Amino acid sequence: MRELELYFGPQHMGMVGNFSITLKVEGDRILQAISNPGYLHRGFEKLMEYRTWIQNFPIVCRMNVVEPDSMEMIYAMGVEKLAGLEVPERAHYLRSVYLELARVGSHLFGLWAYSNMLGFDTVAQWAMYHRDLVLDLFEELTGGRVYHIYIWPGGVRRDFPKGFKDKIVSALHSIGGCVPDYNNTFFENRLFYDRAKGIGKISQKEAMELGAAGQVLRATGMKYDIRKIQPYAAYDKVDWEVPIREEGDAYSRILVIRDEMIESVHMIFKLLDVMPEGPVYHRIPNPFKWTIPRGDAYVRIESSRGELGLYLVSDGGDKPYRAHFRTPSYPHGLIILERLLKGASVADVGNIMISLYVVAPEIDR
Amino acid sequence: MKKGNIFSPFKAIRHLFRKPKTLKYPFEPKEPARRYRGFHLNDWDACTGCGNCADICPNGAIIMVEIPEIKPEPGKKNQRPKLDYGRCCFCGLCVDICPPGALSLTGDYFHIHFDTKTFSFIPGDEKSDPEHFVDPQNYSLLKASLSHRKKNFPGFSPDIEYALFEPERVPMPQVEPEERSLSFIEQVLGYSEKEARAEAARCLECKLCEEACPAHLKISDYIKAIYLGEPEESLRKIYEDNPIPAICGRICMKHCEAACSLSVRGEALSIRWLKRFVADTVRDYQKALQQKPAPSTGKKLAIIGAGPGGLSMAYFSALKGHHVTVFDSLPGGGGMLRVGPPLYRLPIEAIDKDVNYIKSLGVEFRFNATVGKNISFGDILKQYDAVYLGIGMTMSRSTKVRNSEKCILALNFLERNKIREKVNVGKKVVVIGGGNVAMDVARESIRLQHIQHPGEEVVTSAVSLEDWDIMPANKEEIEEAKEEGIRFNPAWGPKDVLLDDKGNIRGLLCMKVKRVFDDAGRFSPTFYEDQEMILEADTIIEAIGQASDFSFIPKEMFDQLKFTPRRKIQVDEYGMTSLPGVFAGGDIVNTNLDAVTAIADAKIATEGVDHYLSAIPIS
Repeated sequence: MRELELYFGPQHMGMVGNFSITLKVEGDRILQAISNPGYLHRGFEKLMEYRTWIQNFPIVCRMNVVEPDSMEMIYAMGVEKLAGLEVPERAHYLRSVYLELARVGSHLFGLWAYSNMLGFDTVAQWAMYHRDLVLDLFEELTGGRVYHIYIWPGGVRRDFPKGFKDKIVSALHSIGGCVPDYNNTFFENRLFYDRAKGIGKISQKEAMELGAAGQVLRATGMKYDIRKIQPYAAYDKVDWEVPIREEGDAYSRILVIRDEMIESVHMIFKLLDVMPEGPVYHRIPNPFKWTIPRGDAYVRIESSRGELGLYLVSDGGDKPYRAHFRTPSYPHGLIILERLLKGASVADVGNIMISLYVVAPEIDR
Repeated sequence: MKKGNIFSPFKAIRHLFRKPKTLKYPFEPKEPARRYRGFHLNDWDACTGCGNCADICPNGAIIMVEIPEIKPEPGKKNQRPKLDYGRCCFCGLCVDICPPGALSLTGDYFHIHFDTKTFSFIPGDEKSDPEHFVDPQNYSLLKASLSHRKKNFPGFSPDIEYALFEPERVPMPQVEPEERSLSFIEQVLGYSEKEARAEAARCLECKLCEEACPAHLKISDYIKAIYLGEPEESLRKIYEDNPIPAICGRICMKHCEAACSLSVRGEALSIRWLKRFVADTVRDYQKALQQKPAPSTGKKLAIIGAGPGGLSMAYFSALKGHHVTVFDSLPGGGGMLRVGPPLYRLPIEAIDKDVNYIKSLGVEFRFNATVGKNISFGDILKQYDAVYLGIGMTMSRSTKVRNSEKCILALNFLERNKIREKVNVGKKVVVIGGGNVAMDVARESIRLQHIQHPGEEVVTSAVSLEDWDIMPANKEEIEEAKEEGIRFNPAWGPKDVLLDDKGNIRGLLCMKVKRVFDDAGRFSPTFYEDQEMILEADTIIEAIGQASDFSFIPKEMFDQLKFTPRRKIQVDEYGMTSLPGVFAGGDIVNTNLDAVTAIADAKIATEGVDHYLSAIPIS
C-alpha cells in the first residue's frame, strides 16, 4: 500500500488548539507521527526577562489559556521563594479554593473538547454551560473571566466579595448534581466506551520514562500528585484522595479527570468550612524599586494537566534573569503523543491527543 | 458496563419539564460583575498626572499626554493617561498603583469601530467628559463604545489595602511630649540607616515634588541614592540646588511633601527627614562633595545677611569664582534661622555644619558687623562690584493695643533663648498669634516655665484671630504644641493688656472674632464687641508677624528702590532691584517667607550677578 504524508491540524475538526501533527500513514495505520508545535510561540520566557517582577504577573497566565491560574500560582510561589515573602494564612486557603475552581473549570473544558470531538454535542453543551458557571464565579471574584490575574506575590489580589461562599456552593451543587447525567450520556455510554477503551494505552514504566505526569501517569496506577507529595497553599489542611486507574488507556485517563473533578468539588467544600479569617495580602515592596537578591529557585505544583515547574533565577536585579517553565503538555504533547500515535488508526488521532489533555500554548512558551 | 434499556432514549423527554440550561434566552445583555475589568475611568479632579500608571503598564499601553485646558499646580501636572486598547491587557496594575486612586476600571467592554485610531482613548469620567458618559435611559447597547458609555458603571476599583505602594510612613523616632517639654533637647531623633532606606523605598519617582519645590531640588534622585545606600551621592545631588541641607533637613516648609502623590490617600514621603538623614550621616562634606570653585574672576560680591538666601548666594557665587563677603550682625551664620527656630528644632551645630562648608569654599564671613552701624551701605556699594540683599524680616510687629509696650516681642524672646541668656517667664504666659513663630514661642515658653518653675502649675495659652481651620501654623506644629500642653484660644483677638496697681501685667482682654478676612480675601478682622474674655497672665508675648528693617539704606537710595503693591522689593527676572548692581531675594522679595524660597531666589540672583559682573571691567 502507498505511504502518505498527512497534515493533521492546526485547522482540523479533531484538533483542539493551535497545534499540528504530521502523520506518515499507510492506509488507515499511522507509521510515524511528528508533533509540530510553534503556532502559538510568543516567547514568554524571553519576554519575562524584560519585565519587572510585578509586570510579569499579568503575563505568565497567558501561557495556559484553559487554566491560567496554576501559572499565576507558580510564578507567585517562585517569586515568594526567591524574595522570602510571607503569605498570610487566609491567602493560602483562598489560593487553594481558587486553584480547585480552576481545576474544575479546566476539566469541564477538557470534557467539552473530548465530547465535542467525538460528536457528543449535548454533553459538550452541558460541559460548556457548567464551565460558564465557574467562569461567572471567577468574574465575581477577580473581574476577569478567562485571565483572572488574581494570585500575586504576597497573597491574592482581593478578598472574597460578600456572599461569595454561597455562590461557590450553589454553582458547585449545580455541577455536581449533573454528574449522573454525564455518566449516563458520556462516561458510561457504550458509544464513548467503545471508542476510548484500549486506545492510546501506555504502561506505567513507559509513562515514567517519557516524563508523563498528571492524569497520564495516574491512569497507569501511579499515585503521583504534587499536592500530596509536596503540599503547597492549603492542600495539607484538609483530607482528600488522589483518584487513580490502572489501565493506562484513553478511557481511564478521562475517568481520572472525572474523579478528580468530583474530588475537587468536595475539597472546595472542606476548605470553605475551615477557612480562617484575616488579611489576604502582605504588601510587596515598591514595584519600581523592587529588586530580588541573587539566587535561584525551583518550585512545582500540580496543575490540572500534571506537574508544572518553574525555575526562576535572579541576578539581584529588578527583572528575572531567567525563567524556565516545565509544563506538563511538553512531554505529553511532543513525546508521548508521538509514541502513542505510532500504530494507531487515523480516526483516533484526535481521540488520543485530547485524552492526553494537551494545551498547545504550554508547549510554545 | 450495564446494558441500556430499550426505552432509555425516551427518558430524555423528562428534560422538557426541566428549567432550561440555556442562559439569557431570549437575549438580554449580560451584566458584568462588580469587579469587572473593562475600560478605564479616570477622575480628572483626583488624578495628579504622576504617570505611575504609565510606568507600571507591562504592555506600554499608557502614555501621558498634556491637556492644555488643565492648569498645572503644585502636586498636579496637566498630564492625563491615554490608553491604547490595542495593547491593554486589562490586568488592572494601573489601578493598584494609582496613588490618588483616580484610575479605575468599569463594566464597559464593547468598542467596535472602523477607525483604529479610536482605540486610543483618554479616559475621563462623567464630570470631565459629560458627552461620552450617558444616563442609563439614553444608553444604547448598539452604540456601546469607548465614546458611548454608561454613567455610574463601576468595575475593578482601587483599594488602599491592596495598593502596590506603601501608604504609611516609617515612623520618625521622637522624644515623648512629657519628656521634651521639660528641656530644649532636639525633639526629632532622626532616621537610622535602615529606617531611612525603608522610607526612601516608598518613593514612586513621579517627581511631582521636584516641580513643587521652589528650588527644584532633584528629589527623586537623592531619595533613590539613599535607597541604594549611597548617602554621599545623595548629598552631591542635594548640593546641586541646596547648600544648606542640615538646616533645610530640619526646618524646611516642605512644599514637596504637600505635593507628594502618596499624600493623597496615605502619608507623604518624609522628604525633609531623609534630607536631614543625609546631612547628618555624611560627616565630612568636603570629602564627599569634592567641589572646587571656578578660577577667580576678580569680581567682588557683598552679601548682606547670612540667612538661607545669603548663604546660598555665597555658595553659588563662590563656585562661579567670584570673591564673596558676607555681612551679618549676628555672631554666626544662619540669619534668622540662627535665632528663630528653637533649639529643640534646629540646633546651632547643624547650622554651623552648613556654614562651615560654605566657608571652606573661600567665602569671607564678617559676623557681628551690622550694616549701617559698623559699616555703611554706601561704603559697601563703593568697595564691591555687586551687592545682594538677603536681609529677611528681623523686626517683630506689635499688636499696638493699649499697654502693649509691656509685652515681649517674639523675635527678641526667641533670640535671647537661643543664643543669649534665657528669658524669665511667669507662671501664666499668653502668646498672641497663630503662626509658626507663635508656636515656637509658645513651646519655648512652656519649656522655660517647666525649667524655671519646677513642680508648680504653669499655663501657656495661645490666642489667635484665626479659627482652627484657617490657623496659619503647620498642622504638625499645632498637634505637637497641643501634646506639650499649650492651651489654644482660637478666634479671639486682643483688645487690651490689663495691668495691676504696680504696673505689672495682670491679663489680656480678648474679643470674639467675627471674621478675619473681608470678601476680597484681605486681612481685615472684625469682632463681636459684646463677647469678651479675660485671660490671666503675668507674661504676654506678641508673635503676630515680622517686618524688614531697611533703615541701613540711605534715604536718597531708599527712595529710588521700587516696591510691589504687596510691599515687597521689586526685582527683575535676574533678581536685580531698581538700583543697578543691587540684587535682592528671600523674604523681602517673595511672599512664601521661607528658607527654600530664599534659596530659589538666590539661584536666580546668582545667574543675574554672574551676568552683571561679567559685563563690567575688573576694577
